[in-house]
Amino acid sequence: MSELLLSPEHRYAKLINEKLNEDGSELSILNLGPTHPATHGIFQNILLMDGERILEAEPTIGYIHRAFEKIAENRPFYQITPLTDRMNYCSSPINNMGWWMTLEKLLDIEVPKRAQYLRVIVMELARITDHLICNSILGVDTGAYTGFLYVFQFREKVYEIYEEICGARLTTNMGRIGGFERDWSPEAFRLLDVFLEEFPIAWKEFENLFERNRIFIDRTVDVGAITAEQAMAYGFTGPNLRAAGVDYDVRVAQPYSSYEDFDFIVPVGKSGDTYDRFCVRNAEVWESISIIKQALEKMPAGNEYHAEVPDYYLPPKEDVYHNMESLIYHFKIVMGEVPVPVAEIYHPVEGGNGELGFYLVTDGSRTPYRLHFRRPCFIYYQAYPEMIKGALLSDAIVILSSLNVIAGELDA
Amino acid sequence: MAIENTAIQNKLVETFGDNVFNFQVEKDIFSFEINADKNTAIILFLKNNEDLRFHFLTDLCGIHYPDNNDDHQFAVVYHLHNWYDNKRIKIKAFLNETPKIKTISNIFLSSNWMERETWDFYGIDFTGHPQLKRILNMDEMISHPMRKEFPMEDSGRTDKDDRFFGRTSINS
Repeated sequence: MSELLLSPEHRYAKLINEKLNEDGSELSILNLGPTHPATHGIFQNILLMDGERILEAEPTIGYIHRAFEKIAENRPFYQITPLTDRMNYCSSPINNMGWWMTLEKLLDIEVPKRAQYLRVIVMELARITDHLICNSILGVDTGAYTGFLYVFQFREKVYEIYEEICGARLTTNMGRIGGFERDWSPEAFRLLDVFLEEFPIAWKEFENLFERNRIFIDRTVDVGAITAEQAMAYGFTGPNLRAAGVDYDVRVAQPYSSYEDFDFIVPVGKSGDTYDRFCVRNAEVWESISIIKQALEKMPAGNEYHAEVPDYYLPPKEDVYHNMESLIYHFKIVMGEVPVPVAEIYHPVEGGNGELGFYLVTDGSRTPYRLHFRRPCFIYYQAYPEMIKGALLSDAIVILSSLNVIAGELDA
Repeated sequence: MAIENTAIQNKLVETFGDNVFNFQVEKDIFSFEINADKNTAIILFLKNNEDLRFHFLTDLCGIHYPDNNDDHQFAVVYHLHNWYDNKRIKIKAFLNETPKIKTISNIFLSSNWMERETWDFYGIDFTGHPQLKRILNMDEMISHPMRKEFPMEDSGRTDKDDRFFGRTSINS
């Protein structure tokens, strides 16, 4: 059978023959994906299996590659945010804010404190939804659907907050150079208060459901463990790295958007297995809630929500109709005729899955000369074949979902 | 305890002489250029030297400069990070029109896919790479689409005027 599927020079063919000659047992090949309900995304892995154990895996990626870097080279700067939305679509505000901060670093724009705090709030909300999805889906993959359905309604509540801030829910395209496109409405703050009241109760219950659950522990402890050295060699960042015991967090190492004003701990695990990854994400959700509360408390008075940068920030629409200067700025910004220095910059932010970096090269024109996204998923997914070697097929599913590989970020 | 830029520069110049040059601080990142054929030695030195300890490869990508002179047509950019002292550096190696550079996948495991991506999009050949094949594009593709001469859309299209969407010969 195998010769029908495999060319004889394929490395699996050689392994199958060796095994056959050794003890007469037959290895099998299993095609997991590209579309499979359990992988939550488009991932293909060709597995070489001995019974139910995985011996080798060969991942293929790129099924939803959309050439964002090429498109970005042909779009003015403000048209690139919608592209960043679609990378890690579970936490698009982090991507959006990361992109604006890259531009602000390029243009030396100082964002007012209040706008920075608002950004912190929305980025932490995004982190909560990201971790919420990852952990509840991990529950689904181990057989517990209830937790997922229960906490998923809170993602909906966060989306209602996004909607109030920017009008969109999933692909947010939120913010502008220098701050936000409009001030947050009182309704947004009200929804945020309700969320902060209700969500911690639900999250505590969710945690109780899993943390000491016998079945969950049996399925996750020592599954897909990775050592700190290996994790660093494979370029892990974010919760997956911290689960292995390395306390690297961009928010602490290179604070952006006033993260240095807030008091939070960086949770770390020990063994780097699926259970630790689950616990680190759980703990990070609690830290995010605490950061949001601190930000609301320390929020400067007033209603400043953007920097005074008329060269880059669109004037209010009513001024455009009645004021010559505003009309000129509006026209120049929309046509992309804004002054841009020639520079090369790299700006990292702590995304839901790790260090999300923007490497931007400009040549003074209205589009980037080169824009490269450092996508954490793309870099750590290459460790996946190594992590599932020797594991059961059902463990491979659990490991994949605990790594939180988002297809949009993987392929860009 | 942070390492000073000058300390890094002195150490590199001491060991590699003319192969490292053009040191500068760009915004918040210390960067320099290297001779492409010395890339593995320099990166290995940066990783293993006990004062420098650039043990983490943050990013690796390519750039195409069609307007540069013949031996500066492509560049490979490495971003390294030292977590002990929280120091980032950027290294650039320029290549000629048949770009070829040694792989660093034996120094940093994580560079494996990043080099494949760079090969896929720019056609930069990483010699010694264990599995240099396309990663995001389909295997049958013959071009390297991030090169500047590769058009983003079908050039026969008349319903879109590229002047309104970005770079033109007048604007760039």
